[in-house]
Amino acid sequence: MRTNRVFAATALVAALGLTAAACGGGSSDDSSGTSGSDKGVTLTYWASNQGTSLGNDKQVLTPELKKFEQQTGIKVKLEVIGWADLLNRILAATTSGQGPDVLNIGNTWSASLQATGALLPFDSANFTAIGGKDRFAASAIAASGAAGQDPAAVPLYSESYGLYYNKKMFADAGLQPPTTWDELNADAKKLTKGDVHGIAVEGSNGAENIHHAFVLAKQRGADWFDSSGKPTFTGDANVAAVKQYVDFVASGEAAKGDAEYDQNQTITDFATGKAAMMMWQSAAASIKSHGMSQDQYGVVPVPTQTAGATGDAGVTSMVAGINIAVFKSTKHQSAALKFVKFMTSTPEQKLLNSTYGTLPPVTEAQSDPAFQTPDLKTLASVLSKSAAPLPQVPNESQFETTVGAAVKDLFADAASGKSVTTASVKAALEKAQSQMPAS
Amino acid sequence: MTATAPLENASEAGPDSGKPAGRGRLRPRIPARLRQGGLPYLLLLPAVLLELLIHIVPMVFGILISFKGLTLFYIRNWSTAPWTGFDNYKIAVKIHQPIGQALLHSFWVTLEFTVLSVGLSWLIGTAAAILMQEGFRGRAVMRAVFLVPYALPVYATVITWTFMFQQNTGLVNHVLHDQLHLTSDKSFWLIGSNSFWALVIVSVWKSWPFAFLALMAGLQNIPRELYEAAAMDGAGVWQQIRKITLPSLRPVNQVLVLVLFLWTFNDFNTPYVLFGSAAPHQADLISIHIYQSSFITWNFGEGSAMSVLLLLFLLLVTAVYLLVTSRKRGDADA
Repeated sequence: MRTNRVFAATALVAALGLTAAACGGGSSDDSSGTSGSDKGVTLTYWASNQGTSLGNDKQVLTPELKKFEQQTGIKVKLEVIGWADLLNRILAATTSGQGPDVLNIGNTWSASLQATGALLPFDSANFTAIGGKDRFAASAIAASGAAGQDPAAVPLYSESYGLYYNKKMFADAGLQPPTTWDELNADAKKLTKGDVHGIAVEGSNGAENIHHAFVLAKQRGADWFDSSGKPTFTGDANVAAVKQYVDFVASGEAAKGDAEYDQNQTITDFATGKAAMMMWQSAAASIKSHGMSQDQYGVVPVPTQTAGATGDAGVTSMVAGINIAVFKSTKHQSAALKFVKFMTSTPEQKLLNSTYGTLPPVTEAQSDPAFQTPDLKTLASVLSKSAAPLPQVPNESQFETTVGAAVKDLFADAASGKSVTTASVKAALEKAQSQMPAS
Repeated sequence: MTATAPLENASEAGPDSGKPAGRGRLRPRIPARLRQGGLPYLLLLPAVLLELLIHIVPMVFGILISFKGLTLFYIRNWSTAPWTGFDNYKIAVKIHQPIGQALLHSFWVTLEFTVLSVGLSWLIGTAAAILMQEGFRGRAVMRAVFLVPYALPVYATVITWTFMFQQNTGLVNHVLHDQLHLTSDKSFWLIGSNSFWALVIVSVWKSWPFAFLALMAGLQNIPRELYEAAAMDGAGVWQQIRKITLPSLRPVNQVLVLVLFLWTFNDFNTPYVLFGSAAPHQADLISIHIYQSSFITWNFGEGSAMSVLLLLFLLLVTAVYLLVTSRKRGDADA
């Protein structure tokens, strides 16, 4: 009986031990970091939603991950995460230390996430491991962390805003695509008839709101943070920028219903002829999925206050894009870097960016014929000539949410017929600024 | 296999020890001191440990964080965040400053929302429970249908409501505007001032079946003879409800209203699914407000301070409520 008990206890302990070993599988042989073989390692990769759905992303990425596994023997476990959840998931991973090995981040969050210290800095050694820093476009690198620090991530997909316009509607009205805001407003008013509106905006989408607020303020020579990283939301130019954007709905150039949009309904309206214009980043794939062919629309740079403006006044887009980062707590750093190198290799850059309709931040891949369509050429030129990165300050993600929400509320006012004045915009931005934590 | 082995041993241990079953069997293992009154505490120990682990420890951490300046710079190792004393609390309660003002605003919105939602849920639940008491054809089916909102996952029901509340394509505007011509324009439900009403409607729709269920159970306990006697004395339906049903349901109602109040006041799912993390100003419930302060602006110290204040308020409400209702019951008993 005694032996029975001892046997049972031993079996139990052994079973527990086995379970524990299984949980930590693979961690024992690769803790050394950079040396040794990474064969048999399994990486976890959190991909952001780039395609038409999460399932579409899985279809696009899975064969590529298989290819990587064949080349290196490193397995990659893929999880595609929607934009609404991604920042929270990263935050939870940062707090708990239980994150993926490699992940996608919106490039505007780079400095915020960099400040938490959770991401592996890309110093010269790490850049060498993935093939060198100078392979990437300078504007894309500028949106990968605070100035003067090693980038916290590496650019993966680049995007910029352009003004999409419906060729037939413009031709029927005898109009040319606008180059200044005055022209755009006049065109939009002319094109607004009944259910069809001149322009469509995504009023409840916080990120969209701040992208436009950023550009419109920049064109007036203003930023959203001063040089010490303190918010300057209530400056006259910032207020004017937000008011100009919200006025699309207030003036009737955009439909009132746009105030409620936050699920890319703007693209649907544009592709189905309900709106003649929209300001969007790389929308070709989505427009096509709604049945509008490439020859039915054109893309030009977003207007400026005066024609042919240069410098800050000529900024027509933020540097949009997605970066790929490595979690500092990964036990498989060398395998993770190999994966980053693979994803940013020229062939993968060509393949992935052309599938998603984005631009490759790797300069060598940009000359590929896939990126020579008229709309992508325009967007590429915007990115290299008239795009500026959003403020790379630690509080950037809070700026996105507080100002984004303030603009959403202002759109709601405009849609319900309340007048949106300089004073009401200023009050909303004052409230947003007060919610910013001191840094 | 491993699980059964010790059991077999245990069953064999009894006769082997050669002692009578019952108290005597415990003697070799439990020290005398424990036997004299410690055993109940020993038996409570697992529950106490679990309670500590699940509720008390996180709460203590939450309270600790509320005294720290925990921002994104310290997220990876929150214990290194600097102590700030009562600063977070001071910021939260300064009602003339923007943050305090916003917190107070969302507090009032939440209170208004809770009173309306609980009141309506209770009213509908009571009415339905009373109506369902009478036997009629199809009663079982009706009861089942009434419980559907309670049985469905919250996320699924609320997301369905967001589709129905869409300004352009939603069912609500289609009925109100296109079919009944009650509104001159298609109203917005998910932004602007109507968003508060959208919140109340979804919340009531979600909570009244629980009130219905609890009250239906309560009604089963009222003896039918009371009604028969009242009817004999010439009391009408309304009088029966007032004099028999409602007083008999008082114990159920006391618990029901308190639970509904606490759930509704703290409700996070409904506003979050309905509006996302940036709720409209008019529907800025306190749960979302605190979530925004903590998780969206990455200021966990301030968010924790707000949470502690909320906890204190709810404790106070519960204490006052229990005190008042138990005194009433005492009066009634006397």
